[in-house]
Amino acid sequence: MRARPRLADGTGPVLVVLLILLVGLAFAGPAYAEPGGYLALLKRAAPLVVLAVGQYFVIVSGGFDLSVGSLVTAEVVVAARLVNGDDANTGWVIALLLGCGILVGLVNGLITTKLLVPSFIVTLGMLLVLDGAVFLWSGGAPRGALSPSFRLIGRGSVDVPVLGQLPWSVIVLLVVVAAAVWFMRSGTGRTLLAVGDNENVVRLAGGRVDRLRLLAFVLSGLLASVAAILLAGFAGVSAQVGEGLEFRAITAVVLGGVLLGGGRGSVVAAAAGALSLEALFSLLNLLGVSGALESAVQGVIIIAAVAYAAHGAGLWRVLRPHRPVPDTA
Amino acid sequence: MAVTHGTSGADDPVAVVRLEGIEKSFFGVPVLRGVDLLLHAGEVHALVGENGAGKSTLLKVLAGVHRPDSGRIVVRDEEVSFTAPRDAQAAGIAIIHQEFTLLEHRTVAENVFLGREPVRRGQVDRRAMETQTRQLLDWLGEDGIEPGTEVARLSVARKQVVEIVKALSADAKVLAMDEPTAALADNEVELLYGLVRRLRDRGIAILYVSHRMREVFDLSSRITVLKDGAFVTCVPTADLDTDQVVRHMVGRPLEALYPERTSVPGAVRIALRGAGNERVRNLTFDVRAGEIVGLAGLQGSGRSAIARAIWGVEPFTTGTVELDGVPTRVTGPRTAVRKGIGYVTEDRKGEGLALRQSVRDNTLLVRRAACRGAAARQAADLTRLLGAVGVVARGPHQEVRYLSGGNQQKVVLGKWLAVRPRVLIVDEPTRGVDVGAKQTLYRLLRDLADDGMAILMISSELPELIGMSDRILVMHEGALAGVLPGGADEEAVMGLATGHQPGAVA
Amino acid sequence: MSAVRERARGRSDVPPRTRTFVITPVLVVYLALAVLLVVGSVLVGVHGGVLLDHGGILNILTRGTVLGLVAIGQTLVIVTGSLDLSVAYLVGLCSLVAAETMAGSPAMIVPGVLAALVVAAVVGLVNGLVITVLKANAFIATLGVALVLRGYLEHNYTGPAGSVPRAFQHIGYDRIGPVPVAALLMLLLAAAAWWYLRRTRTGYHMYAVGGDVDVARLSGVRTGRTIVTAHVLCAVMAGLAGVFLAGRLGSGAPYVGTDAGYDLESIAAVVLGGTALAGGRGGVAGTIGGVLILSTLDTIFDDLGLDSFFKDVVRGVVLIVAVALYARRRAARRST
Repeated sequence: MRARPRLADGTGPVLVVLLILLVGLAFAGPAYAEPGGYLALLKRAAPLVVLAVGQYFVIVSGGFDLSVGSLVTAEVVVAARLVNGDDANTGWVIALLLGCGILVGLVNGLITTKLLVPSFIVTLGMLLVLDGAVFLWSGGAPRGALSPSFRLIGRGSVDVPVLGQLPWSVIVLLVVVAAAVWFMRSGTGRTLLAVGDNENVVRLAGGRVDRLRLLAFVLSGLLASVAAILLAGFAGVSAQVGEGLEFRAITAVVLGGVLLGGGRGSVVAAAAGALSLEALFSLLNLLGVSGALESAVQGVIIIAAVAYAAHGAGLWRVLRPHRPVPDTA
Repeated sequence: MAVTHGTSGADDPVAVVRLEGIEKSFFGVPVLRGVDLLLHAGEVHALVGENGAGKSTLLKVLAGVHRPDSGRIVVRDEEVSFTAPRDAQAAGIAIIHQEFTLLEHRTVAENVFLGREPVRRGQVDRRAMETQTRQLLDWLGEDGIEPGTEVARLSVARKQVVEIVKALSADAKVLAMDEPTAALADNEVELLYGLVRRLRDRGIAILYVSHRMREVFDLSSRITVLKDGAFVTCVPTADLDTDQVVRHMVGRPLEALYPERTSVPGAVRIALRGAGNERVRNLTFDVRAGEIVGLAGLQGSGRSAIARAIWGVEPFTTGTVELDGVPTRVTGPRTAVRKGIGYVTEDRKGEGLALRQSVRDNTLLVRRAACRGAAARQAADLTRLLGAVGVVARGPHQEVRYLSGGNQQKVVLGKWLAVRPRVLIVDEPTRGVDVGAKQTLYRLLRDLADDGMAILMISSELPELIGMSDRILVMHEGALAGVLPGGADEEAVMGLATGHQPGAVA
Repeated sequence: MSAVRERARGRSDVPPRTRTFVITPVLVVYLALAVLLVVGSVLVGVHGGVLLDHGGILNILTRGTVLGLVAIGQTLVIVTGSLDLSVAYLVGLCSLVAAETMAGSPAMIVPGVLAALVVAAVVGLVNGLVITVLKANAFIATLGVALVLRGYLEHNYTGPAGSVPRAFQHIGYDRIGPVPVAALLMLLLAAAAWWYLRRTRTGYHMYAVGGDVDVARLSGVRTGRTIVTAHVLCAVMAGLAGVFLAGRLGSGAPYVGTDAGYDLESIAAVVLGGTALAGGRGGVAGTIGGVLILSTLDTIFDDLGLDSFFKDVVRGVVLIVAVALYARRRAARRST
């Protein structure tokens, strides 16, 4: 056994991509000549990274969570109405939001594991329910406002000796990623990966497959709430705040080389995937590419990432007529 | 179309397929190095070799799945080059894979004509499909199968018949069968023998790949042996005996395959008292520390059902199970693991290993999945564990799917040893494992017994069961038919298993 | 695994079940539709209206037409074991292509329709090739293509564009009694798709590829070609939906497909119709049932004057419950 810390499978390529993008940023924008620019990037990326980490847990255990985008929207709209601009409400509303996230995750997970409905359908149904419910409740347009203390998490900073102003969201991001890495190294985390690979094996090894998959959905819901809190502070209240975030999070995870269907991929790579996506958007922005084309770029990237994962470095060989099929026997 | 297979004279063998000097490498690793093979019409030709000897790759070359790097494939005096399975099909070569290539939710006829559906006036001619399927089934003497039945409703043996009909309907003159008995129950094996002989008599050339020596000697007229991707020899079966074949395969004389029975039985570890459920009844026996108890019986006789019941997948509904003298109820794998029972399942890839995970993660899987707290965190003795079972891998981070069958099985054993079970159930421990690795596994099991583990071993391979067990329990139709001492002869076991010979229940 | 195998052996020589009356998923769907119509009629009646009057039937069928077109295509793809998430943007794109090509001129009707369908076919081809040649997961491949289409639409359009000649607008509004002509055309296409899946070789191969792609390949089916065909046909159906919508709206609208959520909605209809997401079984008949259930639900809510957002909630619940019931049935059948 080698002693040096080892990167999990598939982490390498996305880190290279990220590095290239960061260097690109340094050349393209003067703001990235100093740490402040990168810190701002991290701050912007924080909600997506947090979402991607949550999505990672579900994907790696063999599922999908399509409900996170509408969950984010729902929570932001609910938060604005409940906080209603009053600092006194900040604390309990945040607690409530986290609780709601956990609840949504629980429902997703329970329907998936107990009623045997594919998670794609369950979370699709949940997406419809959340979308409808929140607008039904708010009457179509978000009302109320967030309090200054609520918004602090998404946009405020704290003074740190060496770095200067360290945004709260970056601290949240680091804590989430560190916790996720710790979790995926623990026995439970490794078992979750094995569930995505072959749940039969885990069940016959005495593992509680349903509970593990449930845990993945709960973590996804919880982290979606965290992302909602960050986004609400950062981007403000709107009914479109979470639109398309589920697909963006899935793109990030796939960009990190995580296998759809489960069983393979590292959480660091998923987070790096999210960061790369955000860095890419910043770069395109600096290069003067229209914001409308963002999604087109995202589309091309997601296909390229999956194609790369399917073919590895031999992608160029695809167009050759008779490529050898590896013998697995 | 296919119903007009001619019968060729057996006295004058006609070469149907000739492979010459086939070479094939994957990523620079040679898998086949100059293999020759000659198949005659109307013969059963056995292809044997250890795992990794290149049998599967050779079959895939023959089936058009792989293109050889060099060498010639000659079909009926005409050199051919296959670029896809359909080319091989067109040349009259069909492969019956170990895993069936049938669609569960389509009918027999739809499966038989898959990819070659007859078309009449723009649409698939379903009547023609069913008629021709029925004709082929009749021709094979298998008229119990309805062409309109959904395949999911058929038994394994009948699915195999459909598989063969599918090949014949493509006008196959050469049928390569890869371990055709692996999925069959024992009574179905006889039916397959009959079918293979009928096919042979109708002039089909059959390439029969098997690990089981008895089948090879029962069926084949010639044997080709491969070793490490190279051709060793091709001889008439009549000129050889099992030992000689094994020696050709292994390339060295095999010392005593089974370790000596050295253990002294200790205290009773697990005892069944009148235990039963839907599939087995009134079982009373015990397994002692240090003992390997074999569990024999035909497939479906309840052997695996006992294992699954002890292990809580489908628990006993009557009687009691005692562990170390304490009556215990096992309600599921989790409690079984926590009570010190381990279970090496028959289906290694489906139930034993998470193939994309590392050797390390698989070895620690049970401990992490079922044990709480301190035990779950002690991963430090992984190296010791892997050393104990003798896994050969590039390192603990290698994914287990890249390991050979034998090494995979060692990882499964390591996974259980990590939680130090007091009772270990092993179901078909050496299935799909080559001869060399078998010997290691036998040694390992015996050592575990010597260390005080109680081992219950299920196997369809009688020599293995007889060679390894201290006692043999024989099952017949869900009940215990008798107990035999280790080293009993095969006839005695089979007599009890088939119910011909009543035995004394000890 | 082996437990299942052994169990299968246990019943090995049970004679094949003869053609007794079997409750197929399709039957269940139409029974559910009937129940829904009865319950809906009662509810609407209590509310002081009539569900299945002239206007009600028209409403149900009109709503069902576009979703039906998209869902028929989606059925072909899902049966083949794939998925198409790009249909919603494609509907919008095709409505624009048709309307801009026609530009108000009756002479350009045919070229406009053709142009839209060609664009659709090309997008379908791209979907299929990304899946088969680049070996991308269908979910990701079509999501990627959807995002590319979205970027194109966002970059080039801000609102409705093009104009459809009055002559072509008839397609959106003409009807025979309470039945819109377009709905009849949709049902005709459904029948054609049914025939295609159940009677032609390519249809057979779609079931085979969806059932087990390796088995299909080993049996000599050209799997790649089958998948590409399914995607092209699916895209063309979405294109037709776009053309129809252009006719109804009088112009092309970039987000007409996404606002209605035709991507996920069509998948929901297919799944409601009893087609397994995994592929290999199911069919068009069930899908049409699923489409009618969804459009009937919408109509009932309208008649009851319920908030439109409430529809989403019920829709989500119906979808989950339906699939849960299918899952239970399948599990129950497996254990007997």
